[in-house]
Amino acid sequence: MLRYALLRIARALVTVSLIVSIAFVILRLSGDPAIIILGPEAPPEAFKAFRHAWGLDQPIWVQYLKYFNAIFHGDLGNSMRDGRSALEVVGERIPLTLAITIPALFLKVLIGLPAGVYAALHRNTAIDRLIMTLSVFGFTVPSFVLGLVLAMIFAVKLGWLPSGGSDTWLHAVLPIFTMGMIGAAVIARFTRSAMLEVLGQPYIRTASAKGLVWRDVVVAHALPNAAIPTLTIVGFMVGSLVAGAVVVESVFSWPGVGRLLVTAVANRDLAVVQVILLFVGFTMVLANLIVDLLYGWVDPRLRTKRLQAGT
Amino acid sequence: METQLSIRDLTVDFDQGRQFVRALHGVSLDIAVGETIGVVGESGCGKSITWLAALGLLGKRATLSGSVKLAGTELIGASEKQLSSLRGGKIAMIFQDPSSSLNPVHRIGHQLGESLRLHRGMMGEQASAETMRLLDRVGIANARQRLNEYPHEMSGGMNQRIMIAMALAGEPDILIADEPTTALDATIQAQILDLLRELSRENGMALVLISHDLGVVADMAERVAVMYCGRVIETARTDAIFDNPTHPYTRGLIAALPDLEGPKRRLASIPGTVPPPDQLPPGCSFAPRCTHATPLCDVALPALLPVGPAAGHSVACIHSGPLRVEKSKAPARQSLTAELEPA
Repeated sequence: MLRYALLRIARALVTVSLIVSIAFVILRLSGDPAIIILGPEAPPEAFKAFRHAWGLDQPIWVQYLKYFNAIFHGDLGNSMRDGRSALEVVGERIPLTLAITIPALFLKVLIGLPAGVYAALHRNTAIDRLIMTLSVFGFTVPSFVLGLVLAMIFAVKLGWLPSGGSDTWLHAVLPIFTMGMIGAAVIARFTRSAMLEVLGQPYIRTASAKGLVWRDVVVAHALPNAAIPTLTIVGFMVGSLVAGAVVVESVFSWPGVGRLLVTAVANRDLAVVQVILLFVGFTMVLANLIVDLLYGWVDPRLRTKRLQAGT
Repeated sequence: METQLSIRDLTVDFDQGRQFVRALHGVSLDIAVGETIGVVGESGCGKSITWLAALGLLGKRATLSGSVKLAGTELIGASEKQLSSLRGGKIAMIFQDPSSSLNPVHRIGHQLGESLRLHRGMMGEQASAETMRLLDRVGIANARQRLNEYPHEMSGGMNQRIMIAMALAGEPDILIADEPTTALDATIQAQILDLLRELSRENGMALVLISHDLGVVADMAERVAVMYCGRVIETARTDAIFDNPTHPYTRGLIAALPDLEGPKRRLASIPGTVPPPDQLPPGCSFAPRCTHATPLCDVALPALLPVGPAAGHSVACIHSGPLRVEKSKAPARQSLTAELEPA
């Protein structure tokens, strides 16, 4: 088990450093921060001074090595825009993002799971078709479209909710609902197919044949098995808590990490982008690790495999 | 002999969306207390469906009619609550593929304990003691340790033993074993069959052995019912079926059994395939494959009627019984008729 965990952590480190390396190269090849931050009209001396100050005049591989060296010493660089530590700039936005993504995650699970289970248990009935139609609608409509439609209805037409900003908790309602609806649609669909798969298994018939009433067959025998594939998709959603709100934050002008990422990329504010990517990579990897450990908890077959792999 | 379970004119129709397809066409069978009966036939002949229907395990898409009485209690149309108290209690069932018939996420002890709690109200220490006794009874060594293991940690044969232990937990009067050895190695097969035989003798438990293998049934059962296309086409005591098979299909099945003694010969097979349930011929379902078929076979549906010298031997073929005398020109029938003449 220890060997398994170490292997996972090593793999995770490789993944994160790959993410950061690719971002490093692409950002530096795709535009000069000096021109964007100082403006194209600035005098050539200012460009030179800016590039020298931020080390941009050195060859890219030297910059790269320096960057990694700095990371290992705990220095993630400063924002080119206001000179503050990039970590600080990103850090102050994280609570704002979590304030909408965590409630949205609860909404996704609380709506998606029961809807999927219900649809599977009432397969091919009118209510199943209704749930699945809504679900297909939910995950084919892009979040910016759904966000704008919701804003038009609840903010513009009805005037119940603000259309953008972050002044009160009411401002969070539309972003949370937009993300929640879409995620619930995805979870419902996954849960339904996982449940249907499980309900067709011979052990479900055994459970009925031994005298359990249908409700107990579903609760004690079907749900624990259907949880295994559903866990994957929920885990993926946990992993995107920090980065999953880019579009929705932009639509509703919610000043979270997602919107910061968009402006930082536009400004080629390299250190800030890198820090965000590090955070994203870190949460993804952490979520995967948690899901993996949970897998072992819900699926004894995997546990055995891992024990064998560990010895 | 006292009847344990009595099936009368059981029919099953499946809702296929656009049409209903009849999978069972009025099956009638009686099982006496403590009796072992073999139900044989090719896959799709309705041998499993009969028993799944009797236990109400076919789901909402199946419509049942007829009657299934378990010690006087009618099961067809019984409430879900009533059925679930009988399932796994008075009437237990084990299945073909033991490894996928046990829930992969629950420990063996838990799955056995569930049956004990449901049917004998046992919990805690009492339940685990009884679980160990049952595992021991079905021949699983190290019962205490096995309780905490999962089905994937055991072989198919072990899992079938656990399924049997689980069935025994409810102290059933009748055990339905649906192809219990089909998924197992030949050497394990014999052990499992021996175990079933012992247990049924020991507990006075009736045993319904569903199998496509006439050899297995010959070895185990006192009586055999042969099914074809959702009907019982011949039923008799096992020795009568083997000594005097009357339906051409039964004779085909027996001819298809390999001989272990005597000269080597090619295995006989029955030509053709089983027709799908929605495309049955108007007359005898076996007629298209039958070498003795006459035009009359395509017109009339034969009833299951008594035949021959042995008591309880019935067959559904118009070439048997009174009609056969008229048709005795058919050469394949002559020997049979001759044998029957003295009686």
